[in-house]
Amino acid sequence: MLSSLLAAAPWTAPVVDYHGLAPEIVVALGLCVVLLVDLFLAERSKWLLASLTGFTLLGAFIPILTLALDDAGVRSLFDGRYVIDDFSLILKGLFLLAGYVVVLLSTTYIEEGEYYQGEYWVLMLASILGMMMMTSSRDLVSVFVALEFLSIPAYMLAAWRKRDAKSNEAGVKYFLLGVFASAVMLYGMSLLYGVTNSTLLTDIGASISGELTAVRILAIVFIVVGFAFKVSAVPFHTWAPDTYEGAPTPVTAFLSVASKAAGFVALVTVLYVAVPGGSDVWQPLIWVLAVLTMTVGNVLALRQTNIVRMLAYSSISQGGFILMPLAVAAEGGAGEAVLRSVVTYLIVYAATNLGTFAVILAVSRKTRSGEISSFGGLFSYAPGLGVVMTIFLGSLAGIPPLGGWIGKFSAFQAVLEAGTGWAYAIAIVGAVNSVVAFGYYGNVMREIWMRPAPDGDTTPIRTPAPLVLALSITTIATLALGVLPGVALHFGDLATFASGLGG
Amino acid sequence: MLVNQFLILGAVLFCIGVYGVIARRNAVMVLMSIELILNSVNLNLLAFALRNGSVDGHVFALYIITVAAAEVGVGLALVLLVYRNRKSIGLEELSEMKG
Repeated sequence: MLSSLLAAAPWTAPVVDYHGLAPEIVVALGLCVVLLVDLFLAERSKWLLASLTGFTLLGAFIPILTLALDDAGVRSLFDGRYVIDDFSLILKGLFLLAGYVVVLLSTTYIEEGEYYQGEYWVLMLASILGMMMMTSSRDLVSVFVALEFLSIPAYMLAAWRKRDAKSNEAGVKYFLLGVFASAVMLYGMSLLYGVTNSTLLTDIGASISGELTAVRILAIVFIVVGFAFKVSAVPFHTWAPDTYEGAPTPVTAFLSVASKAAGFVALVTVLYVAVPGGSDVWQPLIWVLAVLTMTVGNVLALRQTNIVRMLAYSSISQGGFILMPLAVAAEGGAGEAVLRSVVTYLIVYAATNLGTFAVILAVSRKTRSGEISSFGGLFSYAPGLGVVMTIFLGSLAGIPPLGGWIGKFSAFQAVLEAGTGWAYAIAIVGAVNSVVAFGYYGNVMREIWMRPAPDGDTTPIRTPAPLVLALSITTIATLALGVLPGVALHFGDLATFASGLGG
Repeated sequence: MLVNQFLILGAVLFCIGVYGVIARRNAVMVLMSIELILNSVNLNLLAFALRNGSVDGHVFALYIITVAAAEVGVGLALVLLVYRNRKSIGLEELSEMKG
């Protein structure tokens, strides 16, 4: 069997572009180094591992810059199965920076806990490596492998606090629903392979067009539903609040930003490259998902008393805003504007949400509580934290001139560019929802500025250095993206990638 | 043609698996149901590879088998953690957090 296959297609080693793969190689090497160094380090010098992880992520940023400045254009490896273009470089940069901020958030948290450290950093690097692979994958097999590569370490990170019942529960729920989702998605992929006889996304895109048969419709629906689980779109969101609340807080920040962004990257890649011809099927599907996600996420966030749980629902609803333009991606010439708005929103959302979690971590070091009421009077005893938290919440709510406003603005702009009745309808739903969102973000702001501190405890908060650094990075990013909207919009400008939808 | 029978078997296994995930209240049974779905996918891929005469399906199936093994490893470890802390693997008892 094997010999006949080999005889049919003589095998030659593919030419590997090592410059193109350099960011992934750096992270992979760093992962091995962290794993090995952990074995030989004494307990008291384990802090070195956090620095090593941080340096690995920053080190991988260097080849990203050289690739971005390089004029070689799109690098295509393995017959177009692994592509390094503007889209993948920008998102790789986003994942590396988001990963670095999460490392800063985790450093003190992990050191003060009584759990092993080495594995934490290895799992985090592995997950980030999977995300980087996801941005370049242009083949069903590599999309699937990258998705599992980023998810499996994330399952373990969610259950990190082994003796804590809540953390166990978070891990098991995330695992069972995540694996179920990838199984459903795989069934769709197998049908897609069956009708197109290829796993290469561009080949699939070329053969799916015109009249859609039942099998094709089924394949597209299964794949979209699988990704809907990953990006926690309603009604496939049930795992998200429990997982976010139960997981260690830095891991929650990681899941709600990086893992969710990776899900969107995969969804966008498949929709734009593989099934642009099936837009009659996925546009209505995503329309319904986006409307439900925005609305249900917001309504449930309104009645939360735990800040992390509130942010979980807020993150679900923000996901709805990212889905919103995708619902009209194939209308007229909207494809490019939609892609730009998704990437812009992901960048802005990453900066803002990571910042919010940094403040929560800093405050909960003193209050030891996750209740929203524990933020009472924050401004009176920690004015710095109070102000930056207000900036982040304002950005999440979309107040100009903060970053979140640019994200929302470009999303609405893309939707209105499509200009169909469905587009206007979803824009109205989105507008109502962004007003409703002020309700719960404003509630936290009111606690910070107007309420007295609980029990009159106004001892100042000592913020450790890594958290200060993380807060500075995210605050500057949130402010800069809002004041200089050209920056984010420039990064989101990806004409070459959008051509699949004729944008 | 024989391929159709394989595809029907795959579809039946998929449905049984989805039913199991939704209806079963035991973590290990849910894991087994997920394995059923993954194997239905493998059957599908092999049947299609046979019909289309390409190796891509075989390769995809090999990857799925490998990744599924890793997944089950992590899944059983998580179930074991829950069992150690609660002396039970019933999913209905995993309800520490609500709302």
